[in-house]
Amino acid sequence: MSLTAPRAEEAPGSRGVPPPRTTRQRKRALGLDQGAWFLLLPALIPILVLSVGPLLYGMSLAFTDSQAGRTSPTEFVGLANLSDLRLDSLFWESFRIGLVWAFFVTALQFLLSMGLALLLNQNLRFRWLARTLAIIPWAMPEVVVGVMWRLVYHQDAGILNKTLTQLHLIDHHVDWLTDLSLALPAVIVVGVWAGMPQTTVVLLAGLQNVPHELREAAQIDGAGVWRRFATVTWPALRPVVMAITALNFIWNFNSFGLVYVLTQGGPGGKTRLPSLFAYEEAFKYGQFGYAAAMGLVMVAVVAVLLALFLRRTLREDAQ
Amino acid sequence: MSAVKPAPRAVTPSRRRAARAAGRTGQYLALAAYLIFLGFPLLWLVSVSFKSPQELGSIDPTWLPRHPSLDNYRKAFDTQPLLRAALNSLLVAGCASVIAVAIAVPAAYVMVRYRTRVSQAGTVWILISQMFPFVLIVIPLFLVLKNLHLINSLTGLIVVYVVWNLPFSLWMLQGYVKAVPRSLEEAAAVDGAGRLRVLTGVVLPLLTPGLVATLMFSFVTAWNEFFFALVLLKTPEKQTMSVILTHFTGAEGAVDLGPLAAAAVCATLPTLLFFALLQRRLVGGMLAGAVKG
Repeated sequence: MSLTAPRAEEAPGSRGVPPPRTTRQRKRALGLDQGAWFLLLPALIPILVLSVGPLLYGMSLAFTDSQAGRTSPTEFVGLANLSDLRLDSLFWESFRIGLVWAFFVTALQFLLSMGLALLLNQNLRFRWLARTLAIIPWAMPEVVVGVMWRLVYHQDAGILNKTLTQLHLIDHHVDWLTDLSLALPAVIVVGVWAGMPQTTVVLLAGLQNVPHELREAAQIDGAGVWRRFATVTWPALRPVVMAITALNFIWNFNSFGLVYVLTQGGPGGKTRLPSLFAYEEAFKYGQFGYAAAMGLVMVAVVAVLLALFLRRTLREDAQ
Repeated sequence: MSAVKPAPRAVTPSRRRAARAAGRTGQYLALAAYLIFLGFPLLWLVSVSFKSPQELGSIDPTWLPRHPSLDNYRKAFDTQPLLRAALNSLLVAGCASVIAVAIAVPAAYVMVRYRTRVSQAGTVWILISQMFPFVLIVIPLFLVLKNLHLINSLTGLIVVYVVWNLPFSLWMLQGYVKAVPRSLEEAAAVDGAGRLRVLTGVVLPLLTPGLVATLMFSFVTAWNEFFFALVLLKTPEKQTMSVILTHFTGAEGAVDLGPLAAAAVCATLPTLLFFALLQRRLVGGMLAGAVKG
């Protein structure tokens, strides 16, 4: 029952622009009249010119030998970049690290945030404090989070080594961010810390949408805590969980700033995420075309993983 | 913790109460663990920012500064153009968020009120745009902006941030527009108001709280952004807070910890303030965009 929507459909006929049929078809396909276009264009033009356009341009660069500061014209090289990439073991190592990082950060983010959201959904004292603390990492610039954890991890002046020594868990000061085997886990912890707020907030909101009556009914029927969670809470929460996990995975796989500040990809490339690798390739060595090809591979892999993940989810939902 | 299987009917009330008390204790322990994990890095950052160089050099760090001083803050502002960077950040984030919201409001209105293919395409684009790695966007943007002589210019960065903030602003605002009752718009239209008049006179006033929330959120996003600023800004007097912070961490590893911590605290204060104001609204807004539909 609206005034605006029907008017949009009536407009072509009443205006009578010849030839009427094709106009109507076009109008119906897009469904907008002049006034609506006028409102939409200020957002549509920047998106087309500076988001859709550059993205297509960026993808096409992957098939050229584009370089920074070159005077000769850029040439089309077909699949040369991609076939070079196939043999670039450094890139695939970085890719593997990226997947490990994205997987662990996303999984831990989910588990820890789920626990926190369940706690915050209870009527506990100090809940306000936990709520506030859980929001703060969200407000902090990535760079500050990186700087802060560098101070925590610092070999001599850092509080982590000091505390662990006091608890007699370690007997010498560990250099967390330059140790070949510890750097990646250390960076993953920071990723989890930084990403928990969004996930917690979204899950908490999802929990608060779970109907109270159902849980109470299950409790009266004698269902325990775990049983209530598995049969009432989880089914209602599942769509939210799937959405936020998929998004978290994408964001984590593409993340850059945190690790750039923490380790710059070191030690020995052990924390060099694919986005850091591509950044170096593009802005340190000026290989725009090659870096764009890396970006293309990253999108492709994320898209395939996402499709598999969503298809399984949809199939399970259908059953 | 208390009862994994369905509790048998025969359990006495006192035993059940004991199990419940144990469960409560477990919950408080878990909450305490979360508080420590989330809080201790923050406490440490603030503590380091107030420590003297001698104390930072000592091999035996303490949780709280022994002789708190503001020296680090003074030194941070002396060694790096922090004030300039803060003004740059303020200018860029302010302009970008205002422009993004100003052009997102009418678009969000159309996308909600006209459920057509263009609107659907818009929604799909909002989701797809999340998927692409920054590299794939920043290289072409870099080349385009270079041709327009907008590299190392705050104008160029504002343009990039407007586009970058648009998807989320559209997403949030759509939720708020959906909450505006249509009957009000219809009443105004019956009284002879044109579409633009309906939008400015009826919808916009009702949208104000959502508008403010969206505005603050895009401000914080732009203030915190690092990657585009790192690529696009070359000279220190143009750089924003995020980028200036990386200058305290020298390439040789000779990092001046105290001033770095002080500068990091300064870079966080404005966004923390906004988030404190925003907290409740933000949660509601994100869900309004997600749930109602």
